[in-house]
Amino acid sequence: MADLRVNIAGVEWSNPVTTASGTFGFGREYAEYFDLSNLGAVCLKALSAKPRLGNRSPRIAEVNDGILNSVGLQNPGAQHFIDNELEWLRQFDTKIIANLCGSTVEDYVEVAEILGDKVDMFELNISCPNVKEGGMAFGTDPKMIEDITSRVKAASKVPLIVKLSPNVTDITEMAKAAEAGGADAVSLINTLLGMKIDIKTRKPVLYNNMGGLSGPAVMPVAVRMVYQVRRAVKLPIIGMGGIATGEDAIEFLLAGADAVAVGTAGIVDPYAWIKVRSGINDYLDRNGYNSVKDIVGKVDING
Amino acid sequence: MLCKLAFKSELRQGLYNFIIDCPEMAKAAKPGQFVHVLCGGSAYLRRPISICDAVNDRFVRFIFEVRGKGTAELAKAQPEQLLDVLGPLGNGFEVPEELSGEAVLIGGGIGIFPLLMLAKKLPQKPLVMLGFRDKQSAVMIREFSNAAKEVFVASDDGSIGHKGFVTDMLKSKIASGAKIDKIYTCGPVPMMKIVADTAKENNIECMVSMEERMGCGVGACVTCTCTMTDGSRRRVCKDGPVFNGAEVDFDG
Ligand SMILES: Cc1cc2nc3c(=O)[nH]c(=O)nc-3n(C[C@H](O)[C@H](O)[C@H](O)COP(=O)(O)OP(=O)(O)OC[C@H]3O[C@@H](n4cnc5c(N)ncnc54)[C@H](O)[C@@H]3O)c2cc1C
Ligand SMILES: Cc1cc2nc3c(=O)[nH]c(=O)nc-3n(C[C@H](O)[C@H](O)[C@H](O)COP(=O)(O)O)c2cc1C
Ligand code: FES
Repeated sequence: MADLRVNIAGVEWSNPVTTASGTFGFGREYAEYFDLSNLGAVCLKALSAKPRLGNRSPRIAEVNDGILNSVGLQNPGAQHFIDNELEWLRQFDTKIIANLCGSTVEDYVEVAEILGDKVDMFELNISCPNVKEGGMAFGTDPKMIEDITSRVKAASKVPLIVKLSPNVTDITEMAKAAEAGGADAVSLINTLLGMKIDIKTRKPVLYNNMGGLSGPAVMPVAVRMVYQVRRAVKLPIIGMGGIATGEDAIEFLLAGADAVAVGTAGIVDPYAWIKVRSGINDYLDRNGYNSVKDIVGKVDING
Repeated sequence: MLCKLAFKSELRQGLYNFIIDCPEMAKAAKPGQFVHVLCGGSAYLRRPISICDAVNDRFVRFIFEVRGKGTAELAKAQPEQLLDVLGPLGNGFEVPEELSGEAVLIGGGIGIFPLLMLAKKLPQKPLVMLGFRDKQSAVMIREFSNAAKEVFVASDDGSIGHKGFVTDMLKSKIASGAKIDKIYTCGPVPMMKIVADTAKENNIECMVSMEERMGCGVGACVTCTCTMTDGSRRRVCKDGPVFNGAEVDFDG
């Protein structure tokens, strides 16, 4: 059994596997399938200062090897989470990451203030393509990334992960902006904007017309971006996008991720998170590594 | 969970009857709940299918129509093959201990299947109203007859039973002065909307089973919501699929 512990921005995780925000609710549903203490961290669905209703259904469309979603960040608000979910979650031996969303910089600061230091880490969701008012704009403009990162950082001492959008020309610019703003880590990728048309009705499947692509279909893009970001910044990286097996996760670690998140694969198989964790361990054991840290960034690049 | 496909038959062209061997699920299943089935092939997501019946605390039965690639793939499964199935999922129909009048079950198309188990579990035999496209698509009438006090059939083209909407039969039953305690319905949204409205006008409690595109099926991804009359959005897979008809905004 290899040493699976990783340290992400000063926070010790028992292993490098967490949940991709928005695919795991606040943890209650999957706690019926496995013990959440098996996860290095649990990343919660997005929280905003005020409750959000989200978009109309259909909010999900199946595509080849993946899905599109347009949930629209439906959530009951940060205070509701604190009052109804937090204590329950704390029974598990795992770190808690709150995913923050909002439509303005002030919104993000407000959620961070409401949550205070009640969770172990924050993940700034500046990249969700579903929010008309600015979710997209924050994540695609380096100046805004730096600004929002430094503002949230100033409002809170909780280690801050900035989650990057792949819907940009150069992901390294965004990662550098997060680093300049004082981010403690980056995570990537969020979903890629996509569209699915039902050729029988000639209408988009999603009520919202467009939505975020995730699942195995996006994995090569995500691995490439993790590789690029690894070379651009010093920050710890949480890699995600299509991971379904231990082997998938190993690709991300080799590309330079310090930890990985699993999302869509769990929507199909409730045990995906556990399988990825043990798959990582199997690879390490099979190849004679003592620690997961030994393979981070160890891709042997050609030329 | 992996369950063996114990029995398979084709009820009519493109409509499959599956019985899976899964004692845990069979014991826990309640009418109106569903199973979430991995179909194989290139169908990435699971497909939600209502539990039609649970037999001998060992078998779960479901019936599905081939619509697209997932159900087409599932239809190829052979007896003895293992299927990856989650369930029973969701909030099913509330089964009262006693009824103060008739229970009326109204199903349309593929919505009739979950009503069979409900009919068997109710404390007295219900009135069952089934709506089909035409005679060819009409199935399971005999099975429902065994579990019902009376079965009424309607079809769009009149090739079997009453020509017109299944909801017409509900209205005429109410007009005839029948004392109805509860209405349960599953089928196309326009049909359920009329049923729910009719129930409301006549002060009858009505449970509706909603359908929506799903991801996880267990309540975590929040992709399957329907809109409620209070403006909130609730998860069909976890808070439903059965809701109080008066609380659903069918146009939301
Ligand atoms: C709670 C519930 C119970 C159901 N019970 C039954 C049943 O007992 N018998 C039966 O024949 N059908 C039932 N359905 C409908 C069944 O789930 C769809 O017909 C099926 O998912 C279509 O998949 P496909 O592979 O044929 O189509 P595809 O077009 O390949 O499906 C693509 C995607 O859209 C989804 N989708 C397409 N149509 C529907 C739909 N009508 N409802 C929900 N998702 C859809 C699929 O699940 C899949 O994710 C039920 C649906 C729900 C939500
Ligand atoms: C249904 C769904 C909801 C999501 N909600 C959020 C969210 O609230 N906040 C966020 O930062 N990312 C959200 N995401 C993006 C995922 O966290 C993740 O970045 C992306 O799906 C890629 O990983 P995957 O392929 O393993 O799912 C969501 C994804 C899905 C599929
Ligand atoms: S399908 Fe995931 S919450 Fe309903």
